[in-house]
Amino acid sequence: MKKRIVSILSVFVLATLTIALGGCSGDKTGGSSKIVVGIAQDLEDSLDPHKAVAAGTKEVLFNVYEGLLKPDPDGNLIPAVAEKYEASEDGMSYTFTIREGIKFHNGNPVTAEDVKYSIEKSAGMMGDDPLISAFSLIKSVDIIDESTVSIVLSEPNMEFPSYLAMTNSAIIPADNENPDTEAIGTGPYKIVSRSPQENIIMESFDDYWGDKAYIKDVTFKVEANADTIVMDLLGGSIDMFPRLTTTQVSQLNDNFEVYEGTMNLVQALYLNNSVEPFNDIKVRQALCYATDIDNILELAFDGKGSPIGSSMFPSFGKYYMPELNDVYTYDVDKAKELLKEAGYENGFDMKITVPSNYQPHIDTAQVLVEQFKKIGVNAEIDLVEWNSWLSDVYTNREFESTVIGVDASTMTARALLERFRSDADNNFINFSDPRYDEIFDMAVSTTDDAESTVYYKQLETILAEDAANVYLQDMAEFVALNKKFEGYTFYPMYIQDISKIKPAAAQ
Amino acid sequence: MNKPEWMKNRKFVTGIVITAIVVILSIIGTFFTPYDPNAMDASAKLAPMSAAHLLGCDNFGRDIFSRIMSGMGTTLIVAIGTVLIGVMGGTVVGAFTGYYGGVIDEVLMRFNDAVLAFPSILLALVFISILGSGKYNVIIALGIVFVPSYARIVRSEFLRCKNMDYVKSAKLIGVSDLRIIFVHILPNAYKVILSSVAIGFNNAVLAEAGMSFLGIGVQPPDSSLGRMLSEAQTYLFIKPSYAIISGSMIVLMIFGFSMLNEGMEEWSDA
Amino acid sequence: MRFVLRKIATMLITVLLVSFFVFLAFQVIPGDPATAMLGTNATKEKVEALREQLGLNRPLMIRYFEWLFSFFFGDMGTSYSYGVSVRSMLAGKVPITLSLTLISFILIILISIPLGIETAEHEDGIVAGIIGGLNQVVMAIPPFFIGILLTYFLGLVLQLFTPGGYVSYKTDFFGFLYYLLFPAIAIALPKAAMNMKLLKSSVLKEAKLDYVRTAYSRGNSTKDVLYKHVLKNALIPVITFLGMTLADIVAGSLIVEQVFSIPGIGRLLITSISNRDYPVVSAIIAIVAFIVIIINFLVDILYLIIDPRTRG
Repeated sequence: MKKRIVSILSVFVLATLTIALGGCSGDKTGGSSKIVVGIAQDLEDSLDPHKAVAAGTKEVLFNVYEGLLKPDPDGNLIPAVAEKYEASEDGMSYTFTIREGIKFHNGNPVTAEDVKYSIEKSAGMMGDDPLISAFSLIKSVDIIDESTVSIVLSEPNMEFPSYLAMTNSAIIPADNENPDTEAIGTGPYKIVSRSPQENIIMESFDDYWGDKAYIKDVTFKVEANADTIVMDLLGGSIDMFPRLTTTQVSQLNDNFEVYEGTMNLVQALYLNNSVEPFNDIKVRQALCYATDIDNILELAFDGKGSPIGSSMFPSFGKYYMPELNDVYTYDVDKAKELLKEAGYENGFDMKITVPSNYQPHIDTAQVLVEQFKKIGVNAEIDLVEWNSWLSDVYTNREFESTVIGVDASTMTARALLERFRSDADNNFINFSDPRYDEIFDMAVSTTDDAESTVYYKQLETILAEDAANVYLQDMAEFVALNKKFEGYTFYPMYIQDISKIKPAAAQ
Repeated sequence: MNKPEWMKNRKFVTGIVITAIVVILSIIGTFFTPYDPNAMDASAKLAPMSAAHLLGCDNFGRDIFSRIMSGMGTTLIVAIGTVLIGVMGGTVVGAFTGYYGGVIDEVLMRFNDAVLAFPSILLALVFISILGSGKYNVIIALGIVFVPSYARIVRSEFLRCKNMDYVKSAKLIGVSDLRIIFVHILPNAYKVILSSVAIGFNNAVLAEAGMSFLGIGVQPPDSSLGRMLSEAQTYLFIKPSYAIISGSMIVLMIFGFSMLNEGMEEWSDA
Repeated sequence: MRFVLRKIATMLITVLLVSFFVFLAFQVIPGDPATAMLGTNATKEKVEALREQLGLNRPLMIRYFEWLFSFFFGDMGTSYSYGVSVRSMLAGKVPITLSLTLISFILIILISIPLGIETAEHEDGIVAGIIGGLNQVVMAIPPFFIGILLTYFLGLVLQLFTPGGYVSYKTDFFGFLYYLLFPAIAIALPKAAMNMKLLKSSVLKEAKLDYVRTAYSRGNSTKDVLYKHVLKNALIPVITFLGMTLADIVAGSLIVEQVFSIPGIGRLLITSISNRDYPVVSAIIAIVAFIVIIINFLVDILYLIIDPRTRG
């Protein structure tokens, strides 16, 4: 009997011993010069800013890289690597003066050569395809003197400077041979190390030209499992998570400040316009009629979010057309009728491809499946990893439909609407309408702002009327920030600016 | 006390009761559930347990009890399908290699060893990445993965039997090999196969739950116990009962079946 | 000695076969790594050029032997998705998963062997009955469910640990071990339950044999008989079981890592499979398989030491 107790005890003693040991070392100090930010995906496309495609990659790289210009929280362009710039009167050339004393993270000064190299690289003049199609306008990048660079265009373009404020046109050193893996920029933070599928560790850059970041150490922790985010926030292993669902928010406690903004994304059920049955406008319209956006918002987003009717969201002010939200009002009978006309009286089967790391999109897709059932359409969800989504859906366009949010890389209507030109590289839905291409050309070639706005609005209307996609909403963004910190700042674009966050004042 | 013999076997009785409940619930669940397991109801989001919703509702206002019923059905179908493929494949491979022996046997057994060196779920993952995810692909992947372990069991039984007198005399009177394998030896190996079926069944339930938990098995909005458990993680704070219930159902299924199996073994030993 | 040599030979053949399967499996997977690498703006010519550069156009067997050869010299290739060497990616992660596996393994032994012996010794006692019943239930719980229960009860309610608060072994080794203890418990409990049951029945079976009776008749005490004679023989099936469950423990680690947000090879493996990052996946699978094979080999040798009768 005694022996039994001893051996059973030994198990527990061992367990408690380890607990006690860990208890003292596992203690955390509440130092706030260090912040851990959760992100939904690893930066899988590239650390090279000129190759970054995913919005989730660019929002992180925003802290590391800067263009000649950069956006401020109000969406205005402010000088960054360039101290100032001048446009020629005919709008054909822009001259930039490089900021005096500005340095890269490796300590080297930014030279005119670096600027020329970076612009040429991102414009595809070195063999790569440009990610910014507007950069095909660049005729030459000329070094005037050691701190002045001039960019000459082949035709006038008023929006050109806004393209210089993107991550995709960031200035990087010409002598960095491995921009894919070694990130060197001029931003407020520099990358110290990264561990795939685990984290990216950054440190504030001491020689930053502008307002230095408040917090010294930043860790972006990859939270690939959406189901553990709340647990990690409450447990304290992450201090901030930028994009939570309302259900996740409802579980947070008083230790968190929840900032509410908009995601600045066009969330839609994107339809591959070149595959059956979505090549038939009637089918696409039927799906639009069968979609009850209010119901989606209520079920999956606790009623938060702004419905949209085309590829444009409210923060774009003058371009946004609220009236397009009413092109298709929820009407099951009408949807059925349209399906009947299209020859799908008994409905059809379809597949919705959704990246598995975005809970809001998964939730949306689940509600859509239920709604489509009512018109006899049998939708099936296919969850894929983010990188598979990028290659299968976005690059190879091998999909039927997908729920995703599309962001704007610059504060221009063009950034959202150019992708629907029939020959655009990133036209992943294979939308094709000659009228659209024609009006788009007129919109970008005019130098009159009012006129181009009218054209852009016509484009939005075409997308809505053609039912290019089942447009859903611009999602509400909930950012949870531990109260150890304050000062989270929203941008009208898909950006996380960590340099503006500071330790909370002592209470 | 005039109890029939089998009722005295406590394990067997426990096993058969639990398994019967599970099976009946899942069969009913395929045809009828109190609510449509995928129907959403905004007014019932995360509703607590009540008379209307026995186990409450999930984040979409879907009835958890209905989802459990249909989820058990999915899990059961996957397990049965997997065991069928595994047993049939394994029996054929094991029977031939055991009976004929020689080079084929040696090669296949090395092959078997190689496959058994991989954790089964890892191997299934590789198959899934070739086949794509979804219920039926999970069945195929797991089925293939389970073939080698059955093959090993059947093979050793055949090795034991092939030198027995009744096989030798059958050979003498000129019975064909195929007939000897399937008509003479196989019926004698049923006991071994049957007990391995029980273990295989439990492994299949576990593997399905594990894969769906990782998000590569059954796809939403379809329910399976593993998938529900994974989704329930998000609501662990406000609704721990969701996770506990769906997890407990997995436990119940496995527990019931292994009790049944042990009970049968005890019975046949006695 | 001949036995050991034969075992080594079969082990090598198995290793070769395993490595070939691993290699082959990722040749038949749909999806082209060249396309995946080039990303969104790839042209046909560029894909073709990259295939050439990666050597994807050469015969299968040549690529296999090249891969195998460099693998054994520590060169596992370059990840398609991250552009860094697979070795450097795995270097920080393999120790984590390995530690988790090891801690689980130790826990299994620590829990199951004392309990197994005790319940066998006092077969009809109340405590043994309770433990036995509990055991049946624990055996049926999937490790990831135990993980969730631990997270809830020990992590959130009792706050014994911070869910998701993994500590790197580089910064705080004891904190690391402490954090791994909970996932290890999750992995170990069901296996320990199975092992305990096996040990108990094995001891009981052994105790009924003639030599035990003889030992008693010679006046040895119960304890003497149990520890000197019975246990040694009863451990044989237990060792077999432990060897067999090893693959399961590794698999358990891969899943339980997800519940506890542990940055081991589990997450990397799952994403790499869908990213068609062949070099990473084949490296991970090969490493896992090699570990399992080597340990199985050690188990075989251990038999030899415990029970010379197995020498064939």
